[in-house]
Amino acid sequence: MSELSVNHLLGIKYITEADIQLIFETADHFKEVINRPIKKVPSLRDITIANLFFENSTRTRLSFELAEKRLSADVINFSAASSSVKKGETLIDTVNNILAMKVDMVVMRHPNPGAGVFLSQHVDASIINAGDGAHEHPTQALLDCYSIRERLGDVAGKKVVIVGDILHSRVALSNIFALQKLGAEVKVCGPKTLLPKFIADIGVGVESDLRTALEWCDVANMLRVQNERMDISYFPTTREYTQQFGVTKTLLDSLNKEIVVMHPGPINRGVEITSDVADSKQAIILDQVQNGVAVRMAVIYLLASKIKHNEN
Amino acid sequence: MSQKVLLNATEVHIALQRLACQLIENHDTFSNTVLIGIQPRGIYLAERLKTILETDYKIKDVPLGYLDITFYRDDFRRSGKTLEANKTKINCVVEDKKVVFIDDVLYTGRSIRSALTAIQSFGRPLEIELLTLIDRRFSRHLPIQPDYRGRQVDAFGEEKVKVCWEEKDGEDAVYLVNN
Repeated sequence: MSELSVNHLLGIKYITEADIQLIFETADHFKEVINRPIKKVPSLRDITIANLFFENSTRTRLSFELAEKRLSADVINFSAASSSVKKGETLIDTVNNILAMKVDMVVMRHPNPGAGVFLSQHVDASIINAGDGAHEHPTQALLDCYSIRERLGDVAGKKVVIVGDILHSRVALSNIFALQKLGAEVKVCGPKTLLPKFIADIGVGVESDLRTALEWCDVANMLRVQNERMDISYFPTTREYTQQFGVTKTLLDSLNKEIVVMHPGPINRGVEITSDVADSKQAIILDQVQNGVAVRMAVIYLLASKIKHNEN
Repeated sequence: MSQKVLLNATEVHIALQRLACQLIENHDTFSNTVLIGIQPRGIYLAERLKTILETDYKIKDVPLGYLDITFYRDDFRRSGKTLEANKTKINCVVEDKKVVFIDDVLYTGRSIRSALTAIQSFGRPLEIELLTLIDRRFSRHLPIQPDYRGRQVDAFGEEKVKVCWEEKDGEDAVYLVNN
């Protein structure tokens, strides 16, 4: 197979294992490109991409913007805080106004789950979901799996535990789908109040004890506690959360094997993981960031290939 | 579909020997030269020439890299299918070096145009030459000509020149294929 089965990247749920493998193979080439003296290729010089961020983001937005610029696409940025959305404009109107300026692709982050799917049904552009509420964050899952593949050789057959706030995490859901499609075994670990009720139905094991989970896994993906999404208290205190679900160097060193530690950022140092873990050789957090650009270049390149060339 | 042999194994070997000797005339010890095989099919020719230079003519460590031009092509979104990339591997410095592009067939010249852009990402070469095993005359879209050629061929637009390598296709030969 040499092209994606989809015209949009709305979630890992909608793509196949072959799509993921194609994205990884293409990302390998882009990883080489971004390590050259001149880190830019001219492929997308006639493509315009709009980055629509209806929710705050630093690294995802920078990563997408860099990926787009490395591919020579024209980029326009939009953030809800300083836009007409505040004046009551609807999502479709906002996007159609932007598309009227001849934009080919939209990268969108939105607080509502399903916003990307909705948009893809109503506007004529290729859509990349950069996070929709607590639903999916497909490029994060792709770069996480790509980083596991890079460090451990393959994703298939690996055991991955996702620790922390699963309930509010789009990263968790996309990661679960991607890891399962690639043949990894997935467990989640966290306070019961932060585990969704459906979790067992999608074939994910639950482990309430962190040490047992770490003894079992090859990779631990530590999620951030998303205080901004919590309208009620899910655990008594941050200190108690850290004592039960925080990873320390002492804990890592006491395991009978060396595991890989991941974190999608931003890190709350001293909450999910301590500083010495974040800065240790076992942590691949900065590799994840670098791979993020290569993986997003691959996704954008492959989707842009499917946009019909306008002869006029 | 019919096909005609343009070069058999012996003729391919003679051409390779001649091309290697012509390279030595211009590049001496290759201390200031880098051979660049153009992906995907130019790398076999480049590797053969490196082997001949090192074993038959005792030149030590001829620098060789592979250059993929996919992301520099001018037909992105025009061919109707996704352009698939190959590996680029350039472990040597090209800045201020004499670079020799090596490809199996020179046809429209568009691949070489892309390669000229692509190599700039790795530095500014002193000069760039072009070596091809087969030069298809009368079919160029761009003002590009080889500096070294194995055989010049007159082929019509619908005909295809197929270069086979022992290590890839099981034999050394060049065919003219008529669909």
